[in-house]
Amino acid sequence: MSTNAQKKGFGAVLWDYLTTVDHKKIAILYLIAGGIFFILGGLEAMIIRIQLAIPDNNFVSAGFYNEVLTMHGTTMIFLAAMPLLFAFMNAVVPLQIGARDVAFPFLNSLGFWLFFFGGVFLNLSWFLGGAPDAGWTSYASLSLASEGHGIDFYSLGLQISGFGTLIAGINFLVTIINMRAPGMTYMRMPLFTWTTFVASALILFAFPALTVGIFFLTFDRLFGSNFFDPTMGGNTVIWEHLFWIFGHPEVYILILPAFGIFSDIISTFSRKRLFGYSSMVFATVLIGFLGFMVWAHHMFTTGLGPIANAIFAVATMAIAVPTGIKIFNWLFTMWGGSIKFTTPMLYAVAFVPSFVMGGVTGVMLAAAPADYQYHDSYFVVAHFHYVIIGGVVLSLLAATHFYWPKMFGTMLNEFLGKITFWLFLIGFHLTFFIQHFLGLMGMPRRIFTFLPNQGLEIGNLVSSIGAFFMAVATIILLINIVITSVKNVKVGNDPWGDGRTLEWAIASPPPYYNFKQLPLVRGLDPYWIEKMEGKKEMTPAEPLGDIHMPNGSFIPFMISLGLFIAAFGAMYRLDYGWGLPVLIIGLVITFGSMFVRSIKDDHGYHIHKEELMDDDDNKGVKA
Amino acid sequence: MHAEEKMTHETWPASPEKATLEAKNKFLGFWFFLGGETVLFASLFATYLALKDKVPTADHVLAKDLFEMPLVFLMTMILLTSSLTSVYAMYHMKNFNFKKMQLWLGITVLLGLSFLGLEIYEFNHYVHEFHHTFSSSAFGSAFYTLVGFHGAHVAFGLCWIVSLMIRNAKRGLSLYNAPKFYTASLYWHYIDVVWVFIFTVVYLMGMVG
Repeated sequence: MSTNAQKKGFGAVLWDYLTTVDHKKIAILYLIAGGIFFILGGLEAMIIRIQLAIPDNNFVSAGFYNEVLTMHGTTMIFLAAMPLLFAFMNAVVPLQIGARDVAFPFLNSLGFWLFFFGGVFLNLSWFLGGAPDAGWTSYASLSLASEGHGIDFYSLGLQISGFGTLIAGINFLVTIINMRAPGMTYMRMPLFTWTTFVASALILFAFPALTVGIFFLTFDRLFGSNFFDPTMGGNTVIWEHLFWIFGHPEVYILILPAFGIFSDIISTFSRKRLFGYSSMVFATVLIGFLGFMVWAHHMFTTGLGPIANAIFAVATMAIAVPTGIKIFNWLFTMWGGSIKFTTPMLYAVAFVPSFVMGGVTGVMLAAAPADYQYHDSYFVVAHFHYVIIGGVVLSLLAATHFYWPKMFGTMLNEFLGKITFWLFLIGFHLTFFIQHFLGLMGMPRRIFTFLPNQGLEIGNLVSSIGAFFMAVATIILLINIVITSVKNVKVGNDPWGDGRTLEWAIASPPPYYNFKQLPLVRGLDPYWIEKMEGKKEMTPAEPLGDIHMPNGSFIPFMISLGLFIAAFGAMYRLDYGWGLPVLIIGLVITFGSMFVRSIKDDHGYHIHKEELMDDDDNKGVKA
Repeated sequence: MHAEEKMTHETWPASPEKATLEAKNKFLGFWFFLGGETVLFASLFATYLALKDKVPTADHVLAKDLFEMPLVFLMTMILLTSSLTSVYAMYHMKNFNFKKMQLWLGITVLLGLSFLGLEIYEFNHYVHEFHHTFSSSAFGSAFYTLVGFHGAHVAFGLCWIVSLMIRNAKRGLSLYNAPKFYTASLYWHYIDVVWVFIFTVVYLMGMVG
């Protein structure tokens, strides 16, 4: 790549990443930040499991346990799983549709920095008087009673990072609709692109409900309103509704891209076209639609009445149908395929039964009368870890191995990768399988310790041992990353040898303009089609010409920084005199930066044809 | 077509708001943003309906004691008219008539400002005459949050339109700034639509009890 040919100093690299609007670099930012939060959330999980390893343990206090438990859930959902998915969406989706960039490169960068500052703000609570302690759902009756500023860190931090997620969602929607290469019709889009598309639509329509809920919580705690205070006419169930109107689609925002990643991996390593492509697309859209109809199944015991419970129970069970369609399509894709058991494929094969188990307990929980027994027990904990680890986390680990060469130009070690896989899979089932039975035996979720001689000792000990397996697996993955990066053996366009989609038709990592000439897409799995006809690369859809590129910008960082500062002001306004001025200064920075962005013309720049011809070292599509 | 091209009346396209790829993206992205805003306001409306007239003590004012038709009707008419004037502005934008666009945008801003002035008067009136505040009851919290969110949107829209008018005052229309004017006017329409719902759900339904 012409721009990266010369070695740059640390300062220059840092400035480059602070101002970048390149989707491939933003992907790396999401991967690093999401990875750090994933490790943080993992450490919190280890504290939970150490505390629960033996009865009557006092490894941590009850109050600190509540904070760790809350931060584990919040961090893993908002700051690890979603940003890591955004990392792969950013790295891969524009390439899969044959685009040079996303629709809104500036907003892409803004989305990342909002998420990052929101996450940092939330985690600063550890050092500033205690973390939030009302669970990741932060039910209002409990969170209003919580002392200190923990809950305020939760509400303001999630508000900031939530804006970032919303922006990222809009960006992917428009990118996928407007930026597809010639011939890339909707029904030729790879499944990961499709699932990103549907998940982005879910983000767009689900996140504003959380925004409103969090505003109410913030107003109630810091600005004297009474939304959730029954003595003033308020109603705490409103929080539950708003939270779950967001919260249930959130589950599908996480799992649909995971389905997409596995669909692409399974067809790649079965070396077969995905079985039932159109039914896969249909099932994805249907799951997205039904995902909005089921939020009250989290509230069966709230007391909404038998009619509401029955409707939401039936709607919930209906989701098993499109999900079942997907499961069978994956199995039929593998059936009769020439399967290569690479590390990503191992994850995919393990995902299918693991996720089905989570799905089966999901249908059990959907039966409202039975749910009265399962509710708030370890059975629920086992269920959602089976879908989120068995689905989302396995897909993230698979995607890390699968797309690492495309993002960094070098392959992760397969041997270490397989060790990570086996340790993680065994550890995962060891930890969570037995929790089903702990739950059925009556162990409530969220408790900080349990008594001896109630039959809960062995189950909890086994569960904790499993957690250590997962921790070791993660450490080996980190070692693998370090070794791979140090060796840095460069690979070609299609390092797995079986790439089917457009991202494998260009260099690893791709040049900063992605495609020298936009490729002509002639069907589903376009690169595979060309390879089957004996060609080495895509047919170009346009003559070589100038490429228009966006300018980098520091403004996204400033907009996010302003909100970060304002959040401190809002939080300490009632305690200290400097709170209000800081709130105002922060908002001035944010809106001032937006104003500068609006009035300063930004036309981007052009890469000229001549430069592209000089740059002819097998990058991009050639004529 | 490129955003930087110097345009004339003859070369000005039929839909300047989506003539370039950037403009097409902006146009579609903004519609999606308004979709998200719809969920935001829907959540606020739902909360308002749940908390309407929910007060701690019997001596607290309720919706039927509070609202007065003449003022709210005047505000509604002003905002509806401002939506119409922003349509005129976009009509002139599409005809490459920069001066008339600026004129109608100016009228839109003046109408928006008078709406905002009346809303501030209205809130002030409720607080001082009826002791109906943000903190006095759940009803108050829900009312001021819903109507206040709308008011904040009006204020932001005014700042936005004025910034665009001043920024481009000396250089006229181009394919770079036409989508900016267009999205600002879409936003203004959207605010107006939300107000129609507020007028119905909060004020009309409030007055009949």
